[in-house]
Amino acid sequence: MKNAIEVNNLRKEFKAYSSRSGLAGAFRDLFTRNYKIARAVNDISFNVKQGEMVGYIGENGAGKSTTIKMLTGILTPSGGQIKVNGMNPHKEREKFVQTIGVVFGQRSQLWWDIAVQESFRLLKKVYKVTDEQYDDHMNHVIKTLDIEPLLDKPVRKLSLGQRMRCELAAALIHNPPLLFLDEPTIGLDVLVKLKIREFLKEVNEKYNTTILLTTHDLSDIEALCERVIMLDEGNIIYDGALKNLKDTLGDGKELQFQFLEKVDLPAVKKLTAALPVKWEHDEKEQIFTANMQNNDELISQLIAKIVAAFKIKDIKINETSTEEIIRNIYEKGAVEVG
Amino acid sequence: MDKYLEMIRIRFLMMLAYRTNYYTGILIYGINIGAYYFLWTAIYSGKEEIQGLSITQMTTYVAISWMARAFYFNNLDREMAMEIMEGKVAVELIRPYNYLGMKTMQGLGEGIFRLFFFSLPGLIIVYFVFPIQITLKPSVWGLFAISILLSFFINTQLNLLTGITTFFLYNNTGLIRAKRVVIDLFSGLLLPMSFFPGWAQGIMKFLPFQGISYIPSMIYTEGFTHQQAIQAIGQQFIWVIILLIPIQILWVIAKKQLVIQGG
Repeated sequence: MKNAIEVNNLRKEFKAYSSRSGLAGAFRDLFTRNYKIARAVNDISFNVKQGEMVGYIGENGAGKSTTIKMLTGILTPSGGQIKVNGMNPHKEREKFVQTIGVVFGQRSQLWWDIAVQESFRLLKKVYKVTDEQYDDHMNHVIKTLDIEPLLDKPVRKLSLGQRMRCELAAALIHNPPLLFLDEPTIGLDVLVKLKIREFLKEVNEKYNTTILLTTHDLSDIEALCERVIMLDEGNIIYDGALKNLKDTLGDGKELQFQFLEKVDLPAVKKLTAALPVKWEHDEKEQIFTANMQNNDELISQLIAKIVAAFKIKDIKINETSTEEIIRNIYEKGAVEVG
Repeated sequence: MDKYLEMIRIRFLMMLAYRTNYYTGILIYGINIGAYYFLWTAIYSGKEEIQGLSITQMTTYVAISWMARAFYFNNLDREMAMEIMEGKVAVELIRPYNYLGMKTMQGLGEGIFRLFFFSLPGLIIVYFVFPIQITLKPSVWGLFAISILLSFFINTQLNLLTGITTFFLYNNTGLIRAKRVVIDLFSGLLLPMSFFPGWAQGIMKFLPFQGISYIPSMIYTEGFTHQQAIQAIGQQFIWVIILLIPIQILWVIAKKQLVIQGG
């Protein structure tokens, strides 16, 4: 199967200015400024096949958005090669963007002051979509996303969830084979999130659309993507199946305790000092969470110790969540998957 | 081409979405024309003509230049600065169109809207209130129409140029304001060029500003002979071509070193 995205040694550097301190420093800044080269994306390479749904994750400032902006032809790379849909995004921008759809969760691409349908109409002209294509494709999209009643409202009157659904529809007007979603579910409630996920799955199945998704909400990735690419400080630290990651690294258990009486964290820590356990404490809910290896013996020992010392209100045993796994990876800064 | 026409339509809708702006706009232009009318009657105070313009011609000049301004004037520079500063330009760049071309079309949509819903009704009101001369010669109207279209392009190009500088300066509010004052003054909106001292007129001949307001207004008030009018339009046309060059160069550089602000 052909590759939708081919990235080779991609690099992006920014000049970062730093201000000197104080008034004298400010005057010196008027004439010469200090700057250093910051590398946002550091020689990364990866390929994405047509029809794949890939999660692109990383902490804030890891270089996700910068990569997306280079892949969509907005930013010029400082080095390396990109080929998306068989084209160089920056060189053939106008022809290239015809073949992609982009949703930026944090900025609107609809026109703020006018009704949604007017934006759609303009985009339809911009992407040279014929009436038949539009009716055939968009009627379905509008129905699935349930935005029919929103079409005659100006964008500024829509709620975030309503707007996001319209944004998604707008990005799909020309039915692009490749869809970039930059934090599409940011700030949305669970119902809208589910609807959007369902919809994305459907689009992917129906049109074999490639989807590259960045998000901080790992449940999005779990629901949609089989493959994740993980970025840290501009480097790819993991590229592979999400399942592998969980199987290899998710071999821990998570125990949650709630106590009847007030208990403080040091006391709990002291009690279990002999065991390889990592404790966390949620102040508000008074939940104590213990992360440990998936070892029945150890778990029993821990529970025995806790129960002997404190009165228990509630106890839960969970598999380590993806979030926990990812956090561990970031703390270690690397992934070794067998 | 379709998409550019559609953009004009969208801009029309956007103008309609803000009705208050529209009404206050009429009021401001009315006040301006009135103020300049009284100022000029005071300056003329009985004199037949100054610098070859009679008081009626002068009043017409003022009224026409403000009405023409409604057509050529736009805030594209400020809009671009906002879009660049807020990072919205990213969204513009993922669309299959020419950003600057689209901006020009938005300006044109705004201009056409104001021309029909603002300048024309305004001119009729002004006609009944102040002694101005509405010419009936089709040749004058024809030349005037060509001339204000060219002034729109010159003014828009200067706006685009100022807008693009945001890519390099990150905050160019000062520059935008300075540009506006320079255009109002040197374009002949506040004062016809023939009132400037000789040396200043000499310099201004080599600048694009008088193509924005002075030339169309002089054509309309017939302060130019037919020959002069044609020459002046030629001059405007040359400026439209010349200004394309720095815009294109700056745009290419800007895209190369573009930084999207705000993540």
